[in-house]
Amino acid sequence: MLLTLREVTKTYPGAEAPVLRGVSFDLAAGEMLALTGESGSGKSTLLHLVGGLDTADSGVVAIEGTDLTLLDDADRAALRRGTAGVIFQQFNLIPSLTVAANIAFQARLARRHDPKRAQVLSGRLGLTEHLHKYPEQLSGGQQQRVAIARTLAPQPKLVLADEPTGNLDEATADTVFALLCELVSETGAGLILVTHSERLAGRMRRRLHLRAGQLT
Amino acid sequence: MNAAIFSALFAHWRCNPLQLITLLAGLAVGTALWSGVQAINAEARASYDAAAATLGEGMYGQITAQDGAPIPQQTYIALRRAGWNVSPIVEGKLGSVRLVGIDPLTAPGGIGPVSVGSGADLAAFLSGAGQIFARADTLLHLPVTGLQGIATPEVAPNTAITDIGLAQRLLGKGDQIDRLLVAPEQPLTRRPLAEVAPDLIETDAQGSNDVARLTDSFHLNLTAFGLLSFAVGLFIVHGAIGLAFEQRRAMVRTLRALGVPLRRLIGLMVVELAVLALVAGVIGVALGYGVAAALLPDVAATLRGLYGADVSGQLALRPVWWLSGLAIAMGGTVVAAAGALWSLARMPLLASAQPRAWAMARRQGRFVAVSLGLLAVAAGIAVWGHGLMAGFILLGALLIGGALALPPLLGLVLRLGEGWARGPVAQWFWADSRQQLPGLSLALMALLLAMAANVGVSTMVSSFRLTFTSFLDQRLASELYVSASTAEQAAAITALAPTRADAVLPILSIDQQIAGLPAEIYGARDHATYRDNWQLLRAVPNAWEALAQGGGVLINEQLFRRAGLDLGAEVTIAPGVSLPVLGIYGDYGNPVGQVIVTEAVFRRQFPAVVALRFGLRINPAQVAALRAGLRDQGGVTDSAMVDQASIKALSLEVFERTFTVTTALNILTLAVAGFAILMSLLTLAAMRLPQLAPVWALGLTRRRLAALDLLRAMVLAALTGALALPLGLALAWALLAVVNVEAFGWRLPMYLFPLDYLRLGGLALLAAALAALWPAWRLSRMPPARLLGVFRHER
Repeated sequence: MLLTLREVTKTYPGAEAPVLRGVSFDLAAGEMLALTGESGSGKSTLLHLVGGLDTADSGVVAIEGTDLTLLDDADRAALRRGTAGVIFQQFNLIPSLTVAANIAFQARLARRHDPKRAQVLSGRLGLTEHLHKYPEQLSGGQQQRVAIARTLAPQPKLVLADEPTGNLDEATADTVFALLCELVSETGAGLILVTHSERLAGRMRRRLHLRAGQLT
Repeated sequence: MNAAIFSALFAHWRCNPLQLITLLAGLAVGTALWSGVQAINAEARASYDAAAATLGEGMYGQITAQDGAPIPQQTYIALRRAGWNVSPIVEGKLGSVRLVGIDPLTAPGGIGPVSVGSGADLAAFLSGAGQIFARADTLLHLPVTGLQGIATPEVAPNTAITDIGLAQRLLGKGDQIDRLLVAPEQPLTRRPLAEVAPDLIETDAQGSNDVARLTDSFHLNLTAFGLLSFAVGLFIVHGAIGLAFEQRRAMVRTLRALGVPLRRLIGLMVVELAVLALVAGVIGVALGYGVAAALLPDVAATLRGLYGADVSGQLALRPVWWLSGLAIAMGGTVVAAAGALWSLARMPLLASAQPRAWAMARRQGRFVAVSLGLLAVAAGIAVWGHGLMAGFILLGALLIGGALALPPLLGLVLRLGEGWARGPVAQWFWADSRQQLPGLSLALMALLLAMAANVGVSTMVSSFRLTFTSFLDQRLASELYVSASTAEQAAAITALAPTRADAVLPILSIDQQIAGLPAEIYGARDHATYRDNWQLLRAVPNAWEALAQGGGVLINEQLFRRAGLDLGAEVTIAPGVSLPVLGIYGDYGNPVGQVIVTEAVFRRQFPAVVALRFGLRINPAQVAALRAGLRDQGGVTDSAMVDQASIKALSLEVFERTFTVTTALNILTLAVAGFAILMSLLTLAAMRLPQLAPVWALGLTRRRLAALDLLRAMVLAALTGALALPLGLALAWALLAVVNVEAFGWRLPMYLFPLDYLRLGGLALLAAALAALWPAWRLSRMPPARLLGVFRHER
């Protein structure tokens, strides 16, 4: 199993109630699922725990059998570099680097940089003409495509997309979503897509819904 | 309405306390260093003025004996009878205190603590019991005199005033007078001086006193340092205000959209800044008082040792000083905020509230143009400029032009680094450093100015030290210097010394006007001592031989520059006697021109002058025996004999005190720059989370990011240091070759001190590392939740 979650709980310091309460599910390699829920239901927190960006208070979050709750800071950083790639709603590109350098960045960190793959991804995502530009000079849709290319370049086993189309108009969102699904399925990676959009969630084979920190 | 607007304006500072601290601290520290230096200068000048007012130095013409010997009281009486309106002065040392005796009945107005018509108790002053006037601290150092001590703050430091009769008794000077002050108004019917007392000479009032002129160089350097420190502080303030205004663009837009008139908004912002400037000014003046109080004893020791100037070691709180401190804090704030206010006044109501990266880039382009313009002005002045004002414009243009050139130059170097970087982290490091540059550039400019000032001033002071030490070696070639108090004693020395010393070199001198300027003429014996030790800046071939034959004169650099007397020019040393210039020598620290002729020529032209000072050449091991012989057989007191080693040791000790002052100011200026970096990094730390969080999310640990941040600060400091070195050397050159020459008439050779520069570079790196340590530590300990906050949808 690529991803295993068992009875995962998380409470932020100072918060009255836990944001996640006993969440459990599995995700197989190549499987794609949509994670939906109201604002504050714990979707992003769940994604951060799976991506090694945060740690659970209790329970098990395991990728290919490795429990992330037992890893230290450096090991979790290594996990983020090559195993689990995160696509953010706000793109979070590195403003000081060009589009080409942004796309290559994570793959080079993971020592998996393949210029040919970066070139292919750029072409597929329509970024070839923008490689020498800086993020500030791109539209929102273009920036999100750079973020997708950056995440997929090192060929992670698990792709975590946090509202990747939340800042885009409907037409652009559809295009970006289609490209994301297509490219992820080609690599055989697992995908968890957090979204508010019923329309996009409906297009995924599997769907989980969070309400007040619990799967329903 | 005003209250509502103020609450909105001050809310910004409440939410950004670091910015408020940066603004207040930058202004306060800048004001502190400036006002501290001003306090020291004011105290020293007040002491010089007190000395001038007490003793009439420079304010009145004087009559003295040509040979420097005392004037008999009978001669004074003869002058008064001949119509001369003169007043006698007698002075000497009473213990460690300088005792001055005056005659209040004849003294010109303003001299001494009591005078006719001042309402003071003249009877008590002149009565048998007598009074002695001095500062309270000086009175404590006076030996028991039996006189009534009266504390008088207006009297010069380390000086006591009493009636001339009492002073003559206390000093054992009988009916002798040291000099006569000449009142400005004199009867036209008075008989000529040459007729009444042919052995006396009259010198005109000089407008300012000697000590003030001598110490001008020292005070100029201190003022330059204070100004540079204030400029460093202003850079911090400019950065803080610029950032605050940038961040408040959205609020300004909202306030205007809600109906606040632009003019009122700007007016209230000016009031807000004035309040902040006042608070910072008060703190700065208080800190400045502390700085001045800490440094004044060393400055006083330096001035006393270098120039014989007595400066009080205690600081007075003068209203003019603290008011000027507050004024400069206000003025500095106006200068620092003018650009931000102007840009706000021109901002359209619907302008973007986002940070303006492209606008900043455009501004950097303007910086390059202004910088190049200023550096061109500096180069132009260096080649063609004349006058002290041109020198100061050169300094200003050089420093501001250099500072403005820093961000584009650093940007260029960082771009090169990015190009050469191989790994992704290295590539990000250089690119991210370049992106941080606009936020850090003002702090780095402050560091550049601080380091350049350090390099410039320490090069100048060290060059001065090296030159002066070698100058002492030239001038103090004789092993022992002896002063005679009378012509008879001089004759005794002349008779006794040749049997015990290898050579006796009489020092003959007289004050004369040369080319319309005050100057001294010295008569030197033809001896290898001069030929072997004195180094001439410029000379005709065989200058010493020609001098020995009476075929010309040597002049000092001051006379060469001020009177334009180059080699070969004729110098009139006496009516109808002109000799060509054979050589020009360095004469550092001397305010007046000097001419050296051979002894024979001097004695021929000035036969009345008797040599009262002598340089004695002898094996250094026999100096003590010679001293004993002169004391026992010649009646020469120990205080009238100074050996070469003691003078040199004393001079070097004085320099060490000078170095203490400059080192303290160096460290303070660097500390200000380090503070600027710390505040910039702390401000940036919160602003750049959105840039760091993605890199962290992509797989770099917080500890590594923190280490990279620390490294970045040190790399930027090292690059700034590398650029500060040529700027500092240019500054040193401008101070030595332009400002010093224009101000004082002599040029110091410039020496380089690579080890000092390396040490300074190390200090700058340390300052940058210390400044970056806390923000880096905070980053390494930052909870992931804060970094995750960047990715939250709700942000």
